[in-house]
Amino acid sequence: MTTHAASEDIFAGSTDDKADRVYLAQGGDWADIASEQAERGDETIVVNMGPQHPSTHGVLRLILEMDGETVTSIRPGIGFLHTGIEKNMEYKTWTQGVTYVTRMDYVAPIFNEAVYCLAVEKLLGITDDIPERATVIRVLMMELNRIASHLVAMGTGGMEIGALTMMTIAFREREMILDFFEAVSGLRMNNAYIRPGGVANDLPEDGLSHLRTVIDWLKKHLPEYAAFCNENPIFIGRMSDIGVMDLTQATMMGMSGPPLRSTGYAWDLRKTQPYCGYETYDFDVVTWASNDSYGRFRIRLQECWESLKIIEQCYERLEKSQGQPVMVADQKIAWPAQLSVGADGQGNSNEHIKHIMGESMEALIHHFKIVTEGFKVPVGQVYQAIESPKGELACHVVSDGGTRPYRVHFRDPGFNHLQSVPMMCEGGMMSDVVVAIASLDPVLGGVDR
Amino acid sequence: MTDNVVNPDNENLPSTSGMPAETTPVFARKSGMWSRGSGDTSGYGGIERELAFPGQTQPPFNDTFDAVHGRALEVLPEELKGARFLFDRGELTIYVPREHLATVAKTFRDDAHLRFEVCVSVNGVHYPQETGAELHVVYHLLSYTHNRRVRLEVTCPDDDARVPSVVATYPMADYHERETWDMFGVIFDGHPSLTRILMPDDWKGHPQRKDYPLGGVDVEYKGAKVPAPDNRRTYS
Repeated sequence: MTTHAASEDIFAGSTDDKADRVYLAQGGDWADIASEQAERGDETIVVNMGPQHPSTHGVLRLILEMDGETVTSIRPGIGFLHTGIEKNMEYKTWTQGVTYVTRMDYVAPIFNEAVYCLAVEKLLGITDDIPERATVIRVLMMELNRIASHLVAMGTGGMEIGALTMMTIAFREREMILDFFEAVSGLRMNNAYIRPGGVANDLPEDGLSHLRTVIDWLKKHLPEYAAFCNENPIFIGRMSDIGVMDLTQATMMGMSGPPLRSTGYAWDLRKTQPYCGYETYDFDVVTWASNDSYGRFRIRLQECWESLKIIEQCYERLEKSQGQPVMVADQKIAWPAQLSVGADGQGNSNEHIKHIMGESMEALIHHFKIVTEGFKVPVGQVYQAIESPKGELACHVVSDGGTRPYRVHFRDPGFNHLQSVPMMCEGGMMSDVVVAIASLDPVLGGVDR
Repeated sequence: MTDNVVNPDNENLPSTSGMPAETTPVFARKSGMWSRGSGDTSGYGGIERELAFPGQTQPPFNDTFDAVHGRALEVLPEELKGARFLFDRGELTIYVPREHLATVAKTFRDDAHLRFEVCVSVNGVHYPQETGAELHVVYHLLSYTHNRRVRLEVTCPDDDARVPSVVATYPMADYHERETWDMFGVIFDGHPSLTRILMPDDWKGHPQRKDYPLGGVDVEYKGAKVPAPDNRRTYS
């Protein structure tokens, strides 16, 4: 017999009570462990799932107490991906902060940037001065990112219950969107594209035609998800009535986004508290009144279509506003240069380098000052919330009047949603835990920050 | 540590009268045009500027927040007596005495004209310059029914960093309060299990406090030392 049943409790701390038996999975046969446990029959077993479990969407640790296959108690453990983003930002300029926030929820980076920049602009009092074209580009990027994020949620969620094709086709479509992001910002992820005052650079020359190919591609391929899943009896059997949260529970746990809308309540910040001019776009809030994981899947799928509707409207507006500025006119805030996106990624704009190095000493001084020193933001605090693919993503910013944030705090929807996991999973089967968590779509980069 | 949660003389709360500068965090006082100290030869050395938090504002604010302000004072006359209201950048902040926080939160949730169903976010801010009220806890409430938001702010001194928990009223504040404890060391009295959430369980200190160093390392390059980010010069 190997080491699977250690008589010594090696996990107990020096002050803890010792367990009378500890099971180790290495070196033994799982069937032996299971049968030994079944023979005892009188005890629950504590299972430690993660933090390196592929079905936990990153480094999420779940501590489950199991009675056979039934979960009697579950507690999420988070913090494994805590990187101190909020603390680090206090030592960087307001513009440099964008580079940090984009790395939080890495599946939806554009939303992190957008909420941070909207908050900074609110503090500066320049919300109404952001050029129209910059706002439209922001909406375009956010909605494309919403589709990409929902595709990852649906793809990995499908993969976890054995629908592997969902994952392969979802990543295929997402790649088309990321190609567009790369053409616009130079980077697939972690774009740092939205900046306080506008966006880093305008669309490339062939941007709109590229966008058209992405729209056409999505229109052609999005119906496949519905065909694969919507009426699939195995899919419905695994998803329906799993992770149930009704409206009372969802309100009690502060849910937002698809988990809230799956209770049939049409709460979408784009409609209820519009920002970035969402009130001028024509789209519907998707709801599904089944309270379960299947409803959340259907909402995500339908929201991709609603996002496409918004993207089409952005396309028309961008066609009309060609050549207009994409950065605020105030030179004391605006980043002095636009980037250029070359074959090898982001780079300096040659035009701008020619200007500051060869033509204008004042432009050089200005460039140097604003890039190294940054701009000052008046004293105060604001709270800005937007509808990210996962729910209410919000940013609380405090400024001390200096060139760096005094305090930035992000309210990530995944962080809030994870505390509902015990409510959704206890009393259910272990295999349903994975489905329920996937239906919340937490991304641990955002949860832990 | 004594039980100071009920604090009869209110000495830990921002005072409601007097100059705003005395009641709010003051980040810096500057004199002259550019200077940080002497060396100002511009002749404008008499100019005094202060970087301070906005103080108190008096109603009317706007329709939405006048309704909140009026109703809050109507149903909580004792608890919010003399409380500071601040309307800034389209957002209303109510500075709640910490001993009344639990009552205020419950009323804000249950009263039909307030009805803030959700406490969206709890967050701490450390103002070491505000003696006696160094730690602030900020609650963002959201009302689905009336579609509006309000911010409650509670202060507590560094040497008695205790605030009553709102988890009994707002179950969703559980993780948020744990994060605030983890990052600032504010103890939430009545929280069901106030443990660290982001930092390891055996971590020492509370990293988001201003006196907690960033922990950067100087970098040496070709014989010259580049200081760590927290030791570089600032332009603030």
